[in-house]
Amino acid sequence: MTTHDREVTEPAAGPESPTETEAGTSTAGTSAAGEGAAGKGTAAEPEVLGLGSLLGRGFGGLPVLVLLVLGLSLATDTFLTGTNLDNLGRQVSIYAIIAIGQLLVILTAGIDLSVGSVVGLSGVIAAKAVFDTAGSGSVLLAVLLALLAGAAIGLVNGILVAILKMPPFIVTLGTLGMARGLTLLYTDGRTIQPLPSSFTSIAGGEFLGIANLIWLTVLIALLVGFGLRRTIWGRYIYAVGSNPESARLTGVPVRAVLLSVYALAGTLAALGGILLASRLGNGVPTAGTGYELQAIAACVIGGASLFGARGSALGALVGALIVGLLNNGGTLLGIDPFWLQVAIGALILVAVGVDQLQGRRRVRRGA
Amino acid sequence: MSDEPVVRLRGVTKTYGPVTALGDVDLDLLPGEVHCLAGENGAGKSTLIKVLTGAVARDRGDYSVAGVPLGPRPSPVETRDAGIGVVYQELSLLPDLSVLDNLTMGRFPRRLFGIVDRAAQRRTALDHLDRVGLADLDLDQPVRALPTATRQLVEIARVLGTRAKLVIFDEPTTALSEREAAALLDRVAALRDAGHTVLYVTHRLEEMFEVGDRVTVLRDGRLVATRPIGEYDHDSLIQAMVGRPVQNLYPGERHEIGPPRLEVRDLRIPGFAAPVELTVHRGEIVGLAGLLGAGRSEIVRAVFGADPVDGGQVRVDGTPIPAGSPRAAARHGIALLTEDRKESGLLLELSIEANVSIASLGRVASGPVLRGARERRHVRQAVEGLRLKYGSFDDPVTSLSGGNQQKVLLARWLGTGAKVLLLDEPTKGVDVGAKADIYQAIAEMARNGIAVLVVSSYLPELLGLCDRIVVVRERRVVGELPAAEATEEGILRLTSPASSAADLSAPAAPMSPTTSPAPLES
Repeated sequence: MTTHDREVTEPAAGPESPTETEAGTSTAGTSAAGEGAAGKGTAAEPEVLGLGSLLGRGFGGLPVLVLLVLGLSLATDTFLTGTNLDNLGRQVSIYAIIAIGQLLVILTAGIDLSVGSVVGLSGVIAAKAVFDTAGSGSVLLAVLLALLAGAAIGLVNGILVAILKMPPFIVTLGTLGMARGLTLLYTDGRTIQPLPSSFTSIAGGEFLGIANLIWLTVLIALLVGFGLRRTIWGRYIYAVGSNPESARLTGVPVRAVLLSVYALAGTLAALGGILLASRLGNGVPTAGTGYELQAIAACVIGGASLFGARGSALGALVGALIVGLLNNGGTLLGIDPFWLQVAIGALILVAVGVDQLQGRRRVRRGA
Repeated sequence: MSDEPVVRLRGVTKTYGPVTALGDVDLDLLPGEVHCLAGENGAGKSTLIKVLTGAVARDRGDYSVAGVPLGPRPSPVETRDAGIGVVYQELSLLPDLSVLDNLTMGRFPRRLFGIVDRAAQRRTALDHLDRVGLADLDLDQPVRALPTATRQLVEIARVLGTRAKLVIFDEPTTALSEREAAALLDRVAALRDAGHTVLYVTHRLEEMFEVGDRVTVLRDGRLVATRPIGEYDHDSLIQAMVGRPVQNLYPGERHEIGPPRLEVRDLRIPGFAAPVELTVHRGEIVGLAGLLGAGRSEIVRAVFGADPVDGGQVRVDGTPIPAGSPRAAARHGIALLTEDRKESGLLLELSIEANVSIASLGRVASGPVLRGARERRHVRQAVEGLRLKYGSFDDPVTSLSGGNQQKVLLARWLGTGAKVLLLDEPTKGVDVGAKADIYQAIAEMARNGIAVLVVSSYLPELLGLCDRIVVVRERRVVGELPAAEATEEGILRLTSPASSAADLSAPAAPMSPTTSPAPLES
């Protein structure tokens, strides 16, 4: 899918658009024949996993990201330093992981408001597990336990949405409250610390000079991106988000798709919570408050549509990076953080506004 | 009546990128005429209407109403004030508001401080309704509660209330039964006789001949001709629209019919008076005829498992299919094209390719991983022979016209290697040229051994396409006819309640109130 491709092709309603497809049959074996049959001379279809296919459609965040990086590099001496980039990467990573989970739900035209609370809950579960066993216990076990808790809450969301057909907004608003309450009950509202270095080294450690957190985020973005663009499961997610009834009547297992998506969003939020606890070195019961809105913002800035079926994993990653860069750059430039909030809010409106305009143009083209 | 045209267009052109949606079109709409607009999907009819209403701005050309030129980019409000009114295909009424509010929306009679003058509002509304013969309608009920035909009349009343000089009807009878459609055509004729000018757009040629005075034919955005309707007959009008003679819409030759392929046994569908028994053989095309609301769609949906059933069995090639699961049905080779493409067929946000391949992703994947080239090849094969008009497979499916969207859905199921094809109104809202393509494709599938079950309200379609016609009335199967012996009258006699001897058994099951008196569309 190249831009060239999309510009030259036009709605087939058009009078002169060459039409007959029979001609294509004999050459069907070679992918390079492409749409020669349609007479538009479009580019050959790449066999390999191209950047375009990972980015997907409706992707508008990349230019903004590039501009921000350029601007900050020129405006400050401190931006392009190893320390700052490392710091930025660690900050953004946790948001990005949660945002990628959120994206999966948003693609099905749902929303998950509970991820922030899941961050808190999973963080204290992991923290308490390593704290209680005071280093003698297995960190791995603590991590698994916390991930399981996140998956379980996600699954509850999924069951209520997919099987009881409750609205996602209400369902996850409910579990948002429940998970946060459970977190406070579990900890008595107290912070759990100190945590052993075997646990804090998860987020604190690095590999080949780059923080584990960043590696992990990139890995997750690539995996989810691949899953969305290149697997049956991913295609089903877009189909469900586009029209669940059409999808059902085509044989798409709509319930299973929704369950998988909410469970995965919960699991990724739990991972975010574990990493946050590991990074901070303590389990704070109020950790993750408001993260759900950050995650939604990242998705939307990265090109996702809350009506479903539009958005990509890399988009969510880029969206999280843009929000992180604004915060980071604002600090470096000494901008009032209150104003930064205003700027991020405005950016969401701009992102959605641009998207609307493009949508309108698409509709007109199709008229 | 003067000879000054109510609306005059000269050299109107509208392009979308490289596509000329309207090229150099001249049009005069005279006072007191019903002027029909004919053309295939994509011929430019919609664009012409949008230019007239100001929904899109023309690129070039002059547009005047009653001799007064309109600016280059008239807004919808300006064209309305100039006297252009439209009765839309998808009704533009607000379903949750009352008839009263809908009729006076945007033009509330006001008193001081913007308070709505309720008494004046009621007077105005009643006055409008009187013109369409609905003076006794309850003004306070929500529009949602009205049958479609009544809603349409309210819509017409609303348009007339704007003192429209020109009333545009855009596919007004699509959602109506035959009786309702006939009543609407009478209403259109009455509007003309009252001196209104009507621009009438429809796919149904019969309606043009019935109500039209003159017809303008568009093809590929160009004006083909404007002539008195009497100068055309059915075939020559189609020829003008399509640009080539359409000898026979329906594939003539019959094909060999094999052993039973789809067997429906004792299927108990909720609301049905009797269990449904149905057999479709290999290579056979069976039509389901019946009135709107007789239960035709319910049967195909139940067979596919789209809606739950109370019992019974569906077998494909002798293998029983688990009930109530579209996924199981699809896996066992049953395919369903629903009546409403947009609501329950297309994935509007996705590309043409994704829409075709969605039902057969397993075939284009290695394990869970999709193979791009294999998918492309699969899609190209699936659309083969359908004469799909498209730019690129990566284009959104919404870039296609209605007929081509339907072809995409056909291709989706062709690609699955379906054994049984259930088609609910497969040519609804599809233009003549695409219809012929779809009929050819269906016949081709039957030749390849697929068992086809077609629901259609259009009797000539059933007679032309099917080997056998099964008649449904009041939620039960009441009879069947070989298509070779069937006539429209014969089918109508079976479909209409209380008219045949077969009808003496069991009291009629209750039908939904909005559809019960509806005779067959044809």
